[in-house]
Amino acid sequence: MSELRRHIAITAIALLGFSVVGAALLSGTFELTHSAIEDSERAAKQVLIAQTLPAGSYDNDLVRDARTLAADALLGLKRPGLYYPASRHGETTAVVLEAIAPDGYSGEIKLLVGIHADGSIAGVRVVAHRETPGLGDYIEIAKNPWIRQFEGKSLSNPAADNWRVKKDGGRFDYLAGATITPRAVVKAVRNALDYFDRHQSELLAAAAKESQNVR
Amino acid sequence: MSAETRQIIVDGLWKQNPGVVQILGLCPTLAISSSVVNALSLGLATTLVMALASSAVALVRNAIPQAVRIPVFILIIATLVTMVDLLMHAFVLPLYQVLGIFIPLIVVNCIVLARVEAFASKRGLAHSFLDGMMMGLGLTLVLTVLGAMREVFGKGTLFSGLDLAFGPAAQHLVIHVFPDYQGLLLAILPPGAFLGLGLLIAARNWIESIRARQASERTGQAQTVQT
Repeated sequence: MSELRRHIAITAIALLGFSVVGAALLSGTFELTHSAIEDSERAAKQVLIAQTLPAGSYDNDLVRDARTLAADALLGLKRPGLYYPASRHGETTAVVLEAIAPDGYSGEIKLLVGIHADGSIAGVRVVAHRETPGLGDYIEIAKNPWIRQFEGKSLSNPAADNWRVKKDGGRFDYLAGATITPRAVVKAVRNALDYFDRHQSELLAAAAKESQNVR
Repeated sequence: MSAETRQIIVDGLWKQNPGVVQILGLCPTLAISSSVVNALSLGLATTLVMALASSAVALVRNAIPQAVRIPVFILIIATLVTMVDLLMHAFVLPLYQVLGIFIPLIVVNCIVLARVEAFASKRGLAHSFLDGMMMGLGLTLVLTVLGAMREVFGKGTLFSGLDLAFGPAAQHLVIHVFPDYQGLLLAILPPGAFLGLGLLIAARNWIESIRARQASERTGQAQTVQT
């Protein structure tokens, strides 16, 4: 019996030992890398934000002027996010909203939705996603121009019924093999437009005030 | 090259090829092999992880209690993969942007665990490293051929997406095998992967059967000469 106990104890201690070493290695690597990863994510985000708006349509520093966006179900934000007002000569021309499509094929799809002051879409980009490589990843601009079909669209163009992928009777293209992914993105973009419509005055006013402060 | 080393290389690339002989780790294999670039990227990332995982397990194999070896192997593989993921993300961003999305898929690839259990837990560091490497390369070979088949028949191109890995300069390296090709959806979708892999397995078996026949004819001749 004591032989068995000894065996169990040795096994348990070895397993514990491996877990502790594994945890230590992981937290060490995390400490070593997390600031570099944050930097590279921020840099990548800046590039993406700039892509959601036409070049030269604003003259402010988008990332510096970022403002908090309260958590909101329409935007899929469970925690407060950010939005980036774009202005030219102190006048707000567009805003870029952070939005999340919660119902991607494998989890959340993080988006940036650039909306002109008139309520039409300037551009949409995917910031982060975990869709199947080679199937659902065509929502990335690097892989496919698919995401550009939102440009110029608004709540009334196409009509509400047509804010769907073609398979569901709407106006938006999709690539065969992955329908859940574009469905989630189309819905999230439409919801972001809806949010903009409801909060238009706050979003644009706050932005204008901000640029006055800067001056 | 010692006989043992040669044995490990031949096993990984041909005799025990993970893709067409052991038929292990098919879930990521079949999902990703829709183009050459995707397939090659996943293959190389898997090779890296397999070489590291086999080496790590070979190093500590004597400290692992027999009864809990599988959980310990999984712990080691998952730790390594996460570390590789974080380190690549932090220090080799361009490479990460190409391979990054594939790395978490490797944790669930059972070929890694299979080689650790079947080989690295019983052998020395150098041989285990070589085995992980060769099994990974064997898988890469199958993936790349399968990716090429699916891409040519599915999209009519070869090496599309190469510019993601090597910058816009690589754009002109994309080969349009059939100009104005309409595309064959079946080849791109998962059934295409199964059909393609089936053809590859059949091709390998066919080559093996020819070789076996030649070998038996040779021994047959040798016997006739003797009599």
